[in-house]
Amino acid sequence: MIAGYRRQILLSGLFLWLFAVAGTALVALTDYSSRDAIAANERRVLLRNLHALLPRDELDNDIVADTLLLPPSPLLGTAEETVAYRARLDGEPVAVIFNSVAPDGYNGRIYLLVGVYVDGSIAGVRVVRHAETPGLGDGIEIKKSPWIKSFDGKSLNDPRPSGWAVKRDGGEFDQLTGATITPRAVVAAVRNTLLYYRRNADMLFR
Amino acid sequence: MTTNTEITRDGLWSNNVALVQLLGLCPLLAVTSTLVNGIGLGLATLITLVLSNTIVSLIRGFVRKEVRLPVFVLIIASVVTIIELGMKALFYDLYLVLGIFIPLIVTNCAIIGRAEGFASRNPVIPAALDGLMMGLGFLAVLALLGAMREIIGFGTLFSNAELMFGAGAHSLTIEFNPDYPGFLLAVLPPGAFFGLALLIAAKNWFDLRPARDPAPASTLPESA
Repeated sequence: MIAGYRRQILLSGLFLWLFAVAGTALVALTDYSSRDAIAANERRVLLRNLHALLPRDELDNDIVADTLLLPPSPLLGTAEETVAYRARLDGEPVAVIFNSVAPDGYNGRIYLLVGVYVDGSIAGVRVVRHAETPGLGDGIEIKKSPWIKSFDGKSLNDPRPSGWAVKRDGGEFDQLTGATITPRAVVAAVRNTLLYYRRNADMLFR
Repeated sequence: MTTNTEITRDGLWSNNVALVQLLGLCPLLAVTSTLVNGIGLGLATLITLVLSNTIVSLIRGFVRKEVRLPVFVLIIASVVTIIELGMKALFYDLYLVLGIFIPLIVTNCAIIGRAEGFASRNPVIPAALDGLMMGLGFLAVLALLGAMREIIGFGTLFSNAELMFGAGAHSLTIEFNPDYPGFLLAVLPPGAFFGLALLIAAKNWFDLRPARDPAPASTLPESA
C-alpha cells in the first residue's frame, strides 16, 4: 500500500518535472531566437531618446557604447549604479547624458534623461518614466506639453541659484496647471544633476 | 457535449469573461485608458487563451489529476513568457506601453478557469474554439471600454495606433475637437470602474428586456 502511494507520488513528480523541462526549454529557445531583435529594439529606442537631447550632427561617436558607470549619488537621486552616455565630436568631449531620478514626485520617482554640455549648460531634459497624475502632472512629458524644454540652455548661473525653483517658490520655472509638486521635483532634480556635473566634470570624460 | 454555436455564444455573450464571469478585471481596468492599449492586451490574452486551451486539451488524456493545476500554470506561464518575448522582438513600442501588464496575464483567472473548466474535459477543436471565443469576448470588452474612456477622457480615438500597426497607422488617430480639455475622471482608475459598470448594466438590461416586456412574436405578430 505504502509502496503504491510512493509510486504514484513519484510518477506525478516526474510528470510535473517533464512539463517544467519542456516549458523552460521552449522559453529558452524563444529567448535565444529573439534576443538579437530585442537588443536591436532596445538600442533603437535608447538612441532615439538620446538623440532627442543631442542632435545627430553634434556628435560622431557611438554614444550607446561610450558609457560610464556612475556610483549611486544623492545629487543624481540614484540608489544604484547608473549609466552615463558620453558624446564626442572628433574625439573632443561634447556632452554627457545622465540618468537622473527626481525622488520626490507626486506619485513616486520620476526618471529623467538629462543632457549636459561640457560648458555646464543643459542640452535637454526628457522624462523617461513616471507615475504622475494623467492630465495634471504628466505635463512634464514632451508629448503632453513643451514645459520640459524650458530647461534647454540653462546652467547653474543662468538663472541665478535662487531662480532654480518653480514660480510659486520664487523661481523662474513655470509650474503646470493644477500641479506644483511634480515640476518642483523635476526642477530640483535637474539642478542637482548640474551640481553633480560641476563637481565631477574632470572624471566624466577620462 | 457542447455545440460550437453554444461555445461561441457563451464566449462572446452569455458567459463573457469580463461582463459575466467578472474575471481578469485587474488588467482590464488597468490598461483600458485608450483603445489601442485595450486591443493590445486583448490580443495578447486571446492568443494565450487559444494556446493554453489547445495544449491543455491535448494532454488531458494523460495529465495526472493531483498535479494538473501546477502543470496548467506551467503551460500558461510558458505561453505568456513566449508571447512577451515575441512582443518585445516585434512590437517593442507597444511593449513599452503594455509591458508590465503582459506577465500579469498569467494571473488572469479566466485562463486557468477555461483550462480547468473546459479544455481539460473537451477535445482539441472545441477547446481551441472556446479559447478563441472567450478571448474575443474579453477583447471586445477591453476595446469597448478603451474606446469609451479614450473618447470621454482625451477626446480622441485610435491614438498611438502607430505603436501597433506601424508608422503608416498614425493617420488612423481621430481627434474630435482639438480644444477638448479632457475629462480626467474617465482616464483615472475610477473611470474604469464606472465604464465597466455601465457596460455590465447595459448587457443585463439588454438580456432582461424580453422578460420585462413579454410580447411573444408568435401570438401577436403585428404588434411588434
